[in-house]
Amino acid sequence: MKKALVIGGGLHGLSTALHLARTPGWQVTLLERRHVGRHSSGVNAGGVRRLGRALPEIALSVIAAEMWQNITALVGDDCGFRATGQVKVAESTADMAKNEARVAQVRALGWSHEEVVDQVEVRRLLPAVSRHVVGAIVTRDDGSADPMRTVMAFRRAAEQAGVTIVEGVAVTGLEATAEGTIRVDTDQGPYEAERVANCAGAWAPDLAALTGETIPCGTKASMMIVTERLPPFVDPTVGATARALSFKQTAAGTVVIGGGHQGRNDKAAETSTVLFGSLAHAARIAAEIFPCVAQARIVRSWTGTEARPPDDMPVIGESRTLPGLFHSFGFSGHGFQLSPAAGAAVAELMARGATNLPVAPFTQDRFTVPA
Amino acid sequence: MSVADEWTAAKDGAAPVAEKVDLLVLGAGPAGMAAATEARAHGMSVLVLDENAAPGGQVHRAVEARLPAKDDQDKDGAKLAAAFRASGAQYRPGATLWAVEPEGKVFWSEAGAARSVRAERLILCAGATERPLPIPGWTLPGVMSVGAAQIALKTSGLVPEGAVWLAGQGPLLWLYAVQALAKGGRIAGIVDLSPPGGLRRAQPHLLRALKAPEYLWRGLVWQRQVKRAVQVIPARDLRAEGEGRLARILVDGVAHPADLLLLHDGVVPNTQVTRAIAGLTHGWDPVQRCWRPGLDLWGNTAVPGVMVAGDSGGIGGARAAALSGRIAALEAGRALGRITTDERDGRAGPLRLLRDRQLAPRLFLDAMFPPLPEAAIPDETVLCRCEEVTAGRVRQAVALGCLGANQTKAFTRAGMGPCQGRICGPAVHGVIAAARGVQGGEVDPFRTRFPTKPLTLGELAALAG
Ligand SMILES: Cc1cc2nc3c(=O)[nH]c(=O)nc-3n(C[C@H](O)[C@H](O)[C@H](O)COP(=O)(O)OP(=O)(O)OC[C@H]3O[C@@H](n4cnc5c(N)ncnc54)[C@H](O)[C@@H]3O)c2cc1C
Ligand SMILES: Cc1cc2nc3c(=O)[nH]c(=O)nc-3n(C[C@H](O)[C@H](O)[C@H](O)COP(=O)(O)OP(=O)(O)OC[C@H]3O[C@@H](n4cnc5c(N)ncnc54)[C@H](O)[C@@H]3O)c2cc1C
Repeated sequence: MKKALVIGGGLHGLSTALHLARTPGWQVTLLERRHVGRHSSGVNAGGVRRLGRALPEIALSVIAAEMWQNITALVGDDCGFRATGQVKVAESTADMAKNEARVAQVRALGWSHEEVVDQVEVRRLLPAVSRHVVGAIVTRDDGSADPMRTVMAFRRAAEQAGVTIVEGVAVTGLEATAEGTIRVDTDQGPYEAERVANCAGAWAPDLAALTGETIPCGTKASMMIVTERLPPFVDPTVGATARALSFKQTAAGTVVIGGGHQGRNDKAAETSTVLFGSLAHAARIAAEIFPCVAQARIVRSWTGTEARPPDDMPVIGESRTLPGLFHSFGFSGHGFQLSPAAGAAVAELMARGATNLPVAPFTQDRFTVPA
Repeated sequence: MSVADEWTAAKDGAAPVAEKVDLLVLGAGPAGMAAATEARAHGMSVLVLDENAAPGGQVHRAVEARLPAKDDQDKDGAKLAAAFRASGAQYRPGATLWAVEPEGKVFWSEAGAARSVRAERLILCAGATERPLPIPGWTLPGVMSVGAAQIALKTSGLVPEGAVWLAGQGPLLWLYAVQALAKGGRIAGIVDLSPPGGLRRAQPHLLRALKAPEYLWRGLVWQRQVKRAVQVIPARDLRAEGEGRLARILVDGVAHPADLLLLHDGVVPNTQVTRAIAGLTHGWDPVQRCWRPGLDLWGNTAVPGVMVAGDSGGIGGARAAALSGRIAALEAGRALGRITTDERDGRAGPLRLLRDRQLAPRLFLDAMFPPLPEAAIPDETVLCRCEEVTAGRVRQAVALGCLGANQTKAFTRAGMGPCQGRICGPAVHGVIAAARGVQGGEVDPFRTRFPTKPLTLGELAALAG
């Protein structure tokens, strides 16, 4: 058996480990500094969305969507996935024009999941939406899932596939050995493996830097709000064309609101905190698009930390300084949906050095200016 | 302009606030009023936020409506309030603080809209809250806390009617009985749940307590007055029963008809805000079994620029609260360069002596009235009212390996409701400690998170302007 190590117990680490462990001949160990799901993967909004993806991400996202439709087959649990649709509302005729151009662009590339709808249809889909909304883009079989339940399902499936998960272990160094393997130092002694995946989320660029590889990358601390329970009033997950919003009502009746409004990060302390001045924008947009929530009480607000390359797209590919090390990070606030497919791609890259899955646009080479 | 304006503009009635102040004081109780007045005397710009409609805090609640003051307490309060009104501090009643961010950014809600300000220094004087006294049936309509009844008495002179019972323990229970009787109220009986042996436990602290003998004296007089007019039943077990609302209480198994049951088990520092501030450390008080923020002699917390004064730093009563407010304001003045260190020390010296005297009876009172034992709470008693979690379920969670109050959220949802553990926190915490057989200090307290007070989306939205 060949040995592989996965660094990071978020969804990308778990999915990579799961797929690799199902590849004959691989013995996989996953190292997580805190506990599985501690960061982005456990606290995100659970949006399963192709709608509005950057063009280079669509192909991978479409494959991920197919995997979500059949997620029970992959991990033995439905992860709370509901295909209730994703709707991106237009609040002006200018928004509408943008939407039409966007959908034309997506269709020209051969994708048909995005559809422009008019005011009548958007009101049918979202009876509680504000009267000023003039139309929308809709992806009817997108939806949402329960993040923590998804993490737990991927964890169980990975363990059943033979992955050893070790929590409370922090990777501190990476080095090539004379035998051509990689030595992974941790705060609890060294590990050795032929292949290593860097799925350390916000901290992944720092691990890359330990091997002398600089990948330009910032950090996000997206904020979320959850309200008290309200009677059911909306099924799809809702976003907006010109403003940052993600808005959905859970099965329990609470409303979860985000959209990428940024809090404050303290990467060294592994914490991030809410900044209410900026969170207020999320509340304002939500209450303008769904006036019925203006009086709803906020029960909690929180943040999650993740890496963000300059173009808001992930870095997926082999290290340029340490062969055998594979990066998968920088999902920039939309990596939950991609996790089943991205993990499959990274596992293939690790096992056979190549993949047919559409991850070529994501290598770090895109940041290197040709000399 | 946009659809939001309909509901933001309509509620935007209050006067504007400056973007920046030298000192923000939370609370217009004795501690906050005294702190603001002292700070103004040294030239600081001061903003005072309080959710009540008028200055006074708990003890001097609505004191300006009872002028001229008759008793000593009202006289103290009237003096503090008059000085505060004349001080030039900007006072915003009806303002509920719900977040403090790094660098002194403070958020509150007022008239349906959120606002914020940046303050060089903060003095948090949030006072005390009643310790919950969960008994079987305490969630029935007709059961409330003595503190809530006292608020009704102070703000609108209301005395309860029908078969009214008081139960629990602590000075405030007796004080309320005196106040209600004086207003012509009637009390069917008092169920005294205090564990026997109070005087024996308290005796070692008697000598020190006699430095301020009026506290003990007043306490004795209250008990004497009340016992003359009302039956007092010492008991161990109390239940509230009724179909949809309170009809009777069971005192050690004996039924008494009841229309209103008022519960009380002492007060604890209100640490809702301080516990939510990152890096602000708290210590466990093993005698009163509660958390209090770690403070130096001046009221500085572990977070630079954030100070605490009054009962929210440790229960000391109204006069000690006012003194600690002034002491904290002097330190704020020094930190802001308004007075020298020597001036601060010179002015604070006599205040310190007076405060020591006020605090002299605390050990005696604390030993006399320790909180009721959480181990004795019956399994079927609801602890978390929002999510209806019983003591039994919390104990089960402990048996399954739950070590702290934050973990009970994952196990039972206790503390996850709209009150975020504000009401049930001490009870859940105590039940876990008792079930684990450890001191409360070894159990993590509920982590509180901003917003620490319920806030609507519409209120928050108003900040986005
Ligand atoms: C608030 C919020 C809302 C979001 N909403 C959505 C959404 O609706 N839809 C969507 O598709 N995406 C969403 N996302 C994005 C999505 O959550 C992330 O893209 C995804 O979870 C990233 O997973 P990950 O495994 O890469 O990172 P993480 O889940 O952050 O996992 C990285 C792990 O690595 C561990 N680690 C770090 N350093 C080390 C080390 N040295 N040694 C060992 N372990 C280490 C960390 O402890 C962590 O557990 C959201 C993100 C946030 C923050
Ligand atoms: C229910 C109750 C009744 C009491 N009755 C008496 C009594 O009759 N006699 C007596 O001697 N002692 C009484 N006490 C004890 C009393 O707390 C102290 O004696 C004294 O009031 C302490 O003064 P303080 O300034 O520290 O706090 P307080 O007087 O309690 O003042 C705190 C102020 O802060 C405000 N506040 C708190 N949090 C916020 C927030 N987030 N936003 C805005 N405003 C906020 C409150 O509205 C309050 O006005 C009582 C305590 C309680 C809990």
